[in-house]
Amino acid sequence: MNLADSTPAMNSLLGSEADSQRTLYPYVTGTSVVGIKYKDGILLAADMGGSYGSTLRYKTVERLKPVGKHSIIGASGEISDFQEIMRYLDELILYDNMWDDGNSLGPKEVHNYLTRVMYNRRNKFNPLWNSLVLGGVKNGQKYLGTVNMIGVHYEDNHVATGFGNHLARPILRDEWHENLTFEEGVKLLEKCMRVLLYRDRSAVNKLQIAKITEAGVTISQPYSLKTFWDFSAFKNPTVGAEGSW
Amino acid sequence: MSTAAESVPPKGGFSFDLCRRNEMLVQKGLKQPSFLKTGTTIVGLIFQDGVILGADTRATEGPIVADKNCEKIHYMAPNIYCCGAGTAADTEAVTDMVSSQLKLHRYHTGRESRVVTALTLLKSHLFSYQGYVSAALVLGGVDVTGPHLHTIYPHGSTDTLPFATMGSGSLAAMAVFESKYREGLTRDEGVKLVAEAICSGIFNDLGSGSNVDICVITKGKKEYLRNYMLPNPRTYVSEKGYSFAKKTEVLLTKITPLRELVEVVEGGDAMEE
Repeated sequence: MNLADSTPAMNSLLGSEADSQRTLYPYVTGTSVVGIKYKDGILLAADMGGSYGSTLRYKTVERLKPVGKHSIIGASGEISDFQEIMRYLDELILYDNMWDDGNSLGPKEVHNYLTRVMYNRRNKFNPLWNSLVLGGVKNGQKYLGTVNMIGVHYEDNHVATGFGNHLARPILRDEWHENLTFEEGVKLLEKCMRVLLYRDRSAVNKLQIAKITEAGVTISQPYSLKTFWDFSAFKNPTVGAEGSW
Repeated sequence: MSTAAESVPPKGGFSFDLCRRNEMLVQKGLKQPSFLKTGTTIVGLIFQDGVILGADTRATEGPIVADKNCEKIHYMAPNIYCCGAGTAADTEAVTDMVSSQLKLHRYHTGRESRVVTALTLLKSHLFSYQGYVSAALVLGGVDVTGPHLHTIYPHGSTDTLPFATMGSGSLAAMAVFESKYREGLTRDEGVKLVAEAICSGIFNDLGSGSNVDICVITKGKKEYLRNYMLPNPRTYVSEKGYSFAKKTEVLLTKITPLRELVEVVEGGDAMEE
């Protein structure tokens, strides 16, 4: 019978020894990353939290990193897989520099490389459990793209990963426009990060903003957002409904 | 008594008798019937003088839009309205039932209904059905104690909030509220913010769509603005209109009412006290 034939074959494909070599679930995770294009380049924002399940274990995880001369990468998802991706990218940039031919990999090329890596790993049932945002400027051309663990990739004027897809993208769709100034861009990103802080349980109030322009990369020092908790309904929520909350 | 296990008359609430049999059937491969879900965006907010409720108008049955202009803001009392998300039958039935109970209560007490009354009736009914009555509600109204806004979850828990969103589009709408809400909004600002939040749900969530319904409740007055905004108009309409098949003979186009209207006499028989 077909059933009896396939079972031992399936077992060896996804057998027990093979299991210990595959990523089955993420352990230490980062939450959303939000990115927008603005007048002079790209702005990315991410908080610095690394959650271990439902514990906020690490509060100084840098999830935004420069890549080469022209790009920055932001990652959400499994932190150890992000560190592995950084090793791959460092190797990629190194080999590119060794050519010493005056040309350097731009954001589009790095994005394509990451897409191939992520997709091939998913096809081997051993994914890198991340959603990545890749942005950069080369020769005046701005580029902002995203890849996730199953290999879905696209580029757009504004991207977000994780919870940011549900909470930040509606705001960006409404309020993003071409030629935002730096201050407007930061204000818009902070608006998104504030909503995420209020409504995403794995968010921490310590974030970094990364800027990339033709001139180069700047990643800000960590800072925190102001929050407002003084609604009168919060002060006395059960006036009129004693016993509820 | 004859039998050791007495059959207790059912007091209402969910009956677990068939659960094991249903589980067994699902294991054997039975596909459970899908229900009409209002994949939805519903919102409420408290402004200076009262409460504003908003809802989209799309009712989905899996991936299909079953009703593109349904009404999700339900009447509970002249001063209380309730938006419903979840299974359409459940929200309709539960709001109708509590609305009748409130009316009887008004006759009994001779007073205007209070929002907490509706809240308690709804939450105790939903709790007794252990979450199987899949109705997630945003209840708002103005009574003698002031304006109130509550959310009620299918399992029976409630929240009292200055602004609230429910349904599949709740995150998109909440993003708008969290970034733009402040205390002491005027009526026009409040209506604008609610419309923005519903539009955010309509355009960013697949389960919500079509039009925006709004209901403004203030002390002694309510405005039910059905189809306040129509941001999804049908852009192409064929100019030809409807063409009958060539062989049809159109005899007469006249509309005749089927039944004569009943004449109501003012000051007729008064009901017995």
